[in-house]
Amino acid sequence: MTRHHVSATVNGDAVEFLCETQQTLLDVLRNELRLTGTKEGCATGDCGACSVTVDGRLVCSCLMLGVEAEGKSIRTIEGMAQGENLHVLQRKFLEHAALQCGVCTPGFLMSARSLLENNPNPTESEVRYGLAGNLCRCTGYHKIVEAVLDAAREMRGA
Amino acid sequence: MARIVLSGNLAAVTGGETEIALEVGNVRQLFQALAEHYPGLPENFAEDLAVAIDGEIYQDALLEPIRNDSEVILFPKIAGG
Amino acid sequence: MSTTIKYEPRELKVVGTRPIRHDGVDKVTGRARYGADFDLPGQLIGKVLRSPHAHARIRSIDVSAALALPGVKAVVTRDDFAEMPEEYAAAGEIVVNFYDVTRNVMAREKALYDGHAVAAVAATSEAIAKQALKLIKVDYEVLPHVIDVLEAMKPDAPVLHEHQYTQLVTPKPDKPSNVAKRLEFKRGDVEAGFRQADLVVEREFNTKPVHQGYIEPQACLASYSEDGQADLWTSTQGHFVFRAQCAKLLQMEVSKIRVMPTEIGGGFGGKNTVYCEPVAIALSRKAHRPVKIVMTRDEVFRATGPTSGANVRVKMGCTRDGRIIAAEAVLNYQAGAFAGSSVSPASMSAFTRYDVDHVHVVAHDVTVNRPKVAAYRAPGAPIVAFGVESVIDEMAKKLGIDPIDFRLKNAAREGTQSYYGPKLGSIGFIETLQAAKAHPNYRVPLGPNQGRGVATGFWFNAGNETSCALNINEDGTVSLVLGVVDVAGGLRTALAMIVAEELGIDVDKVRPSHSDTTELGFNFVTAGSRGTFAGGMACVVAARDAIEKLRQRAAKIREVPVDAVEWKDGRAQPIQGSAHRFAPMTLAEIAKVAGKTGGTIAGHAEINAQGAGPGFATQIVDVEVDRETGLVKVLRYTIAQDVGKAIHPAYVEGQLQGGVVQGIGWALNEEYVYGKDGRLQNPGFLDYRVPVASDVPFVDAVIVEVPNPNHPYGVRGCGEVSIIAPMAAIANAVESAIGIRICEQPLSPPRVLAAIEEAAATRKA
Repeated sequence: MTRHHVSATVNGDAVEFLCETQQTLLDVLRNELRLTGTKEGCATGDCGACSVTVDGRLVCSCLMLGVEAEGKSIRTIEGMAQGENLHVLQRKFLEHAALQCGVCTPGFLMSARSLLENNPNPTESEVRYGLAGNLCRCTGYHKIVEAVLDAAREMRGA
Repeated sequence: MARIVLSGNLAAVTGGETEIALEVGNVRQLFQALAEHYPGLPENFAEDLAVAIDGEIYQDALLEPIRNDSEVILFPKIAGG
Repeated sequence: MSTTIKYEPRELKVVGTRPIRHDGVDKVTGRARYGADFDLPGQLIGKVLRSPHAHARIRSIDVSAALALPGVKAVVTRDDFAEMPEEYAAAGEIVVNFYDVTRNVMAREKALYDGHAVAAVAATSEAIAKQALKLIKVDYEVLPHVIDVLEAMKPDAPVLHEHQYTQLVTPKPDKPSNVAKRLEFKRGDVEAGFRQADLVVEREFNTKPVHQGYIEPQACLASYSEDGQADLWTSTQGHFVFRAQCAKLLQMEVSKIRVMPTEIGGGFGGKNTVYCEPVAIALSRKAHRPVKIVMTRDEVFRATGPTSGANVRVKMGCTRDGRIIAAEAVLNYQAGAFAGSSVSPASMSAFTRYDVDHVHVVAHDVTVNRPKVAAYRAPGAPIVAFGVESVIDEMAKKLGIDPIDFRLKNAAREGTQSYYGPKLGSIGFIETLQAAKAHPNYRVPLGPNQGRGVATGFWFNAGNETSCALNINEDGTVSLVLGVVDVAGGLRTALAMIVAEELGIDVDKVRPSHSDTTELGFNFVTAGSRGTFAGGMACVVAARDAIEKLRQRAAKIREVPVDAVEWKDGRAQPIQGSAHRFAPMTLAEIAKVAGKTGGTIAGHAEINAQGAGPGFATQIVDVEVDRETGLVKVLRYTIAQDVGKAIHPAYVEGQLQGGVVQGIGWALNEEYVYGKDGRLQNPGFLDYRVPVASDVPFVDAVIVEVPNPNHPYGVRGCGEVSIIAPMAAIANAVESAIGIRICEQPLSPPRVLAAIEEAAATRKA
């Protein structure tokens, strides 16, 4: 099968990869670039575990083809912490016990960061609807919503 | 002799009996005695059973002692999710 | 032998605090490795061909075209798995009929459900493996199928297993049946009880199968080498049990298989048993290369889990002042394609929250053409609680008694005789009822179309085989090697806290990790809410073993008799009143010289933990019903649960909140939908809708602590009780809101709307 050559930026680094036409961005991230922090829960865009941003926009990487990443800037969970400093959301997830099995956590963190970039001061309801594309089966969302609200507060300096 | 109470489940193969007195020293001996007493018991009956000895519940505890004045209640084992 | 350590009240420094979980940073940075995140050089990708028919005889399977496809390295079918005798055998402590297990892993004579594995291939890429599946020719003789439990019980229903005769009935039946087993529990004289009752309520309830819905599909990586040994990485609730099952199915010695448990992306009972693991090993054995199998979500829905759908009849009678006299239930539970549903614990949990003199429960385990059910959080209990707690709600309402007061009048307490066997020991049910009643949420005024529901839950909890090792490192830190899998609730941190408390050191000095199956003795699956109970007991045994050795070592070093040394606050010191004076030694000081004073120090535990303490919960929910669409919105939710002792309260709250929201999904949205052709129509998260964040409110979790007398810290276990009451609580709240008691779930908008319209039509007529 012909493989396509793709150049993109992932977490600030220039990357090149070869992929088949039908390979999803999720497949490329996990199996070609070995960035396995992005998870596959459904492969149909329903669970949000594979959430990444592409040129700043939140997407399910299982619904985008690898070839579509040409020239794009992609951010994944692996790029969220800066050196030894966890992102505020990552820290708040830990402090609030907002994760259990953790397989949905990378997707939630990517979605929550996008949410707060667009709306730094969300209400509880806005957080719930903002994260409604991400499934968590362990926590019942309680501590996730608390963590995101608390992170927003801290990021606003309130 | 220890007083042995069988759960309702087993009544179908014990001829309706739900209680029996047996002289046994531990759970393993109890299971052996029951198998001899009730030939209709399925071969694997003991694998499915928990016991309460004087109110304390045991599962998979073949060597747990049974006293002569003990009350032993047999009921299905519990696992869970 | 069996182990119980009695409760010891004491001042606590670590237990009860909220440290950050040891697996936390790896999980928020994407480092944590789950089943699908492991790879080996030269690995192949395995894919499974699944039956499109609900019930079909497999006449033949032709794999020649698939094998001829370049890149295909192995194909396995029923011919690659040994026949297993029709007998219940213990493997890894779970007594299962391997005749059935081998057939569930790979269909033999018949495919018994849509999604049943029929063949599997290993190829150099996923694309080639998928292409190869299409080249496998299976000649099916399609047979009539049966999906519904009551249909399956009818005498003329299509029979799944021609050799299956209903067990535990007399006289022995003369023809095969889908009813695999009949269970019965009796106490007192239920008919006489009903005659004494002033009020008798009888209702019939129906529920649908729901899936555990873990976000991580099953995934494993197997490598079989030419010397007959296999390594297996897999997402499991119990690697020792998986080892046992694989060894049995593949006819290998137990020691030849090494299982490495990966991080597990949710299990809830669904990862207690093998699916693709034996297939991956069999493929690897044939291909001489490692084989990785990752299930798709479609496969997870069609071929793993779910829990039973059921039909339940409940009849209860009480006096005018609300004392329950008699209770009767008939439970018909779907087992799926093979016998063994959760109807047994369900029938034992049905009325156990209450002190009732006359009880009769009959239960049937029924095979149908659906995937074999797996355990799901308090297996079977939520379904029957839906029935019982709905009937109790109706009785309380008819008598004008507050629903919590009604339950308080009848609540089980220490010494209450259960109808299934033992008397209940020390329990905290009444305390949860009182805590719920005292909660401000119980008094929030309700608006139009809003209603409040109350329900309760009980679960046995479990102990079982557990081992651990605790190695004291040369700098005084501790490596804790665990055999019970942390199925995500924060178990490894809770157990590290217990070790830190016992040793008298800071919790960050203890690093917990999972063993593989070669490093420790056997451990049962993490199920039955046993992780913190049994794992905690093992950690206490291991820590005390180490402390004993530390005392002895300190005595030798300080040249004093060992009975002059006590362990307190993390150091060996002179026991009060002893004539021997010596300079105390901290753990770190002993550890530093351990190598030169006799060798390193470790503690071990290999126990079968007994004495699990039952758990109870009381839940209150407020809902609002949209009469135009039938949508039920959950407004507020409260759960008060007796956990014995919360080692890490935040993680306990997480168990309570998580279980409640799974229960909300079961009550409102989730269901398996089958077409007339017997195929599952909604094998994906779009059409099988689990709750999302905007569907639910905050869940107020009230932790009640009535210590379990049979655990050193009073732990009962907390993972399962929370899921039991939501179905009933929500049904009761919907009844309060719209005055209609709906006895079918889920209460999805079409079902609720139909009930509203039917009630309106009845009123007009």
